[in-house]
Amino acid sequence: MAFEADGAAGAAFADAPAALRLTGITKHFGPLKANEDISLEVKRGEIIALLGENGAGKTTLMNILFGHYVADSGRVEVADGNGALRTLAPGSPAAALKAGVGMVHQHFALADNLSVLDNIMLGTERLLAPWQGKGEALDRLAELTEGTGLDVDLSARVADLSVGQRQRVEIIKALYRDARILIMDEPTAVLTPQEADGLFLTLRALAMDGLAVIFISHKLDEVMAISNRVAVLRHGHKVAEAETARTTKAELAEAMVGRPVAPARRGAAALGAVVLSLEDVSAPGVAGGPPLHDVSLEVRSGEVVGIAGISGNGQASLAALVSGLNRPDEGALDILGLSPAGGSPAALTRKGAGRIPEDRHREGVVGEFPIWANAILETRWTGDVQRGGFLRTARLRAETERLIATYDIRCPGPDGQTKLMSGGNMQKLILGRVLDREPRFILASQPTRGLDIGAVTYVHGALLAARSGGAGILLFSEDLEELLALSDRVAVIYRGRLTRAWPTDTLNMRLLGLMMAGETVEVEAGHAA
Amino acid sequence: MRLEPRQSTPLWLAVVAPVMAGLLAIALTAVPLAWAGVPIGRALGLIGTGAAGSLFAVSETLTRATPLILTGLAAAVAFRAKLWNIGAEGQLYLGALAAVAVGSGALDLPPALLLPITLGAGALAGALWMLGPAILKVRFGVDEVVTTLLLNFVVLLFVSMMLEGPMQDPMSMGWPQSAPIVDEASLPRLIEKTRLHAGLIVALAAAVLMWLLLQRTVWGLEMKAVGANPDAARFAGIPVRGVMIGVALLSGALAGLAGVGEVAGLKGFLTLDLSPGFGYSGIVVAMLAGLNPLGVIPAALFIAGVFVGADSMSRAIGVSSYIADLIVALSLLTMLLAGLVTRYRIHLGRA
Repeated sequence: MAFEADGAAGAAFADAPAALRLTGITKHFGPLKANEDISLEVKRGEIIALLGENGAGKTTLMNILFGHYVADSGRVEVADGNGALRTLAPGSPAAALKAGVGMVHQHFALADNLSVLDNIMLGTERLLAPWQGKGEALDRLAELTEGTGLDVDLSARVADLSVGQRQRVEIIKALYRDARILIMDEPTAVLTPQEADGLFLTLRALAMDGLAVIFISHKLDEVMAISNRVAVLRHGHKVAEAETARTTKAELAEAMVGRPVAPARRGAAALGAVVLSLEDVSAPGVAGGPPLHDVSLEVRSGEVVGIAGISGNGQASLAALVSGLNRPDEGALDILGLSPAGGSPAALTRKGAGRIPEDRHREGVVGEFPIWANAILETRWTGDVQRGGFLRTARLRAETERLIATYDIRCPGPDGQTKLMSGGNMQKLILGRVLDREPRFILASQPTRGLDIGAVTYVHGALLAARSGGAGILLFSEDLEELLALSDRVAVIYRGRLTRAWPTDTLNMRLLGLMMAGETVEVEAGHAA
Repeated sequence: MRLEPRQSTPLWLAVVAPVMAGLLAIALTAVPLAWAGVPIGRALGLIGTGAAGSLFAVSETLTRATPLILTGLAAAVAFRAKLWNIGAEGQLYLGALAAVAVGSGALDLPPALLLPITLGAGALAGALWMLGPAILKVRFGVDEVVTTLLLNFVVLLFVSMMLEGPMQDPMSMGWPQSAPIVDEASLPRLIEKTRLHAGLIVALAAAVLMWLLLQRTVWGLEMKAVGANPDAARFAGIPVRGVMIGVALLSGALAGLAGVGEVAGLKGFLTLDLSPGFGYSGIVVAMLAGLNPLGVIPAALFIAGVFVGADSMSRAIGVSSYIADLIVALSLLTMLLAGLVTRYRIHLGRA
């Protein structure tokens, strides 16, 4: 990463004027203590990271600051233009905006069909003026964004922008409204590593100009890289606060999870029969990605084969083939004996294939359904689930209770609404649904995307346990560390073509990075089996 | 005022909120009534007694509710799968036409056979009429709102052609009406000296069956999954297109049954004014019921009661019976309010 926080810089903020002070913030939702007596001060020009697992209370705290929620008790004070702290009227986003609090949400609030400039100005125009004052706005924007790396074509339609560019528009929007405090909610979740580096440069430049930044995250690496100070929340309490330079990743992880965190270890497992094979397969492109060309790949029982690649190089197409949503145009696809074109999702499930989709909200679950219905969505026609088409509801509830207990799914119970679950628990539900049938082949697409450390460790452990149990696993991931930790072999996909799968111990991040950029790389022949 | 989403809605609230919404809609009607200079209490009282003040009034309301339950179910079932069938009116007329075709003397069978055949023919006609829009939707992505709506006019013209041509009753002296349904094919009266007929039993049974289907069976689960998240449904191996077509046929069949009830239970023969828009009102019924098949029954009773009561009030004190449309429209708005209350916890004041 480009920036290392150093002790001297951290200490320098001790004298800086406060931009924001939260005192004794408490917020309960029924029995749930979302925030419990949290106090926090942010100085001008400081980047403070708010670290915590999903459900730790980060978002609640920020919603209180931004006026979406009203705290049960506690006080929010924001510095005015002269630096004097003033109590912020609770429950009023308008007051928060006026006081200079800007928030960039994970899900952007932009009008796709308008230009960047129109989006930035939206809501700030004078109502009855005959002209919009675009000239003035352009001058101000040029001044605001100078030297910050926030370059976006102001006349472009938002619909045509990449996710990273949209995020820049959101930041500019906040600055244009005179934000002195900028809240970034999990800003890197949607970015490529390169885009994330660019964002960090921008945030650092803005902080230099006196902006106070609250950076919400559960990723330790980026917290270490970007923040001056870090506060850790767990179960609604602030459990740790430290200057970033004076703490370590391990300390923060333990504070966040509440116990020491051990990374997954891949033990030895016996290789068995081939569970997935592709021979010279070509297939149509999916989701804007390129079509597949002459892809060959083999996954055996007892191994994890990882697929590395920059997003949009054909992963979606390959995953669609293997999950039964698409058929190959040419070549032979054999999944657990279903050949030469694979099988439908229903046939795959019957044969003993388990599939974890890339996007759990879109393909994994029906959000409106109760949890028990999602637990049986794939096995709905088995005798355990129904008799003569009628659902065996009592039995299903009991079975779901067992799944919830076995896979440590935190939820109100089998009748809880799925869409109200946290991402980690939703993923555990999908994982439980897949693993509980003891599948012989598992497709795992981005199984830990957006999850916090506790859930990531859990998913990794569960997948490796399935491998030890004899399952063959095809793993798609954009997280190279995850790929190298879990996979026995890794293949790289680039523009619809797949390299051979190299044994993981012959690879490293640098080699993978080169292959992902399309370079032909000599992997040491001695190791490459 | 602030809103907080609820984790779950308590049952009492799910029942009380729509009832309050209905009462609020009626209360709001007082404003235009007052404006028109009508004694509000008397007018509303007359609507009440007209809808439920006597055995006859109740029987009229139930009679009126019968087709509304069936068209309401047609909409509710389809909308659950996000299939926007706006064509219940046309399917109703085709169902009625099919009932007349088999039930007015073409077949000479005992009631135990002929009545089920008549019901079946109507349901089948309505279902088949949905086949075209359904296939166009799943094969080519044609918007079913447009196709089903426009087909309503095709049906009306087709029925008109049949009633002035091959299916015209020779004894009608030139009126465009069909031959009467024979006794063996008619739905029997439920109460002497009223118009209430066994179509009500068919409608109530259909509501219970639809509820069972949606809440208790795998098919219902598949239908709801297709409606709520077609991507997840496809990923889980649910045949999305097949389910869509199945739902379309079911929806059309329910609307077709409504038509059978009207000719074989109430009117006795088919004319072009068989339905005062039951197909469209069914959409309102379904929305008021929150797309719940059992909720369709009280929703249909409410709307039927408002219409019957307003007619009666109109005869008594001369206020236009269009006031019924106003109440129904207002009730749709107040139901939105009720939906807000059931989904969110509302905190008043700045707290």
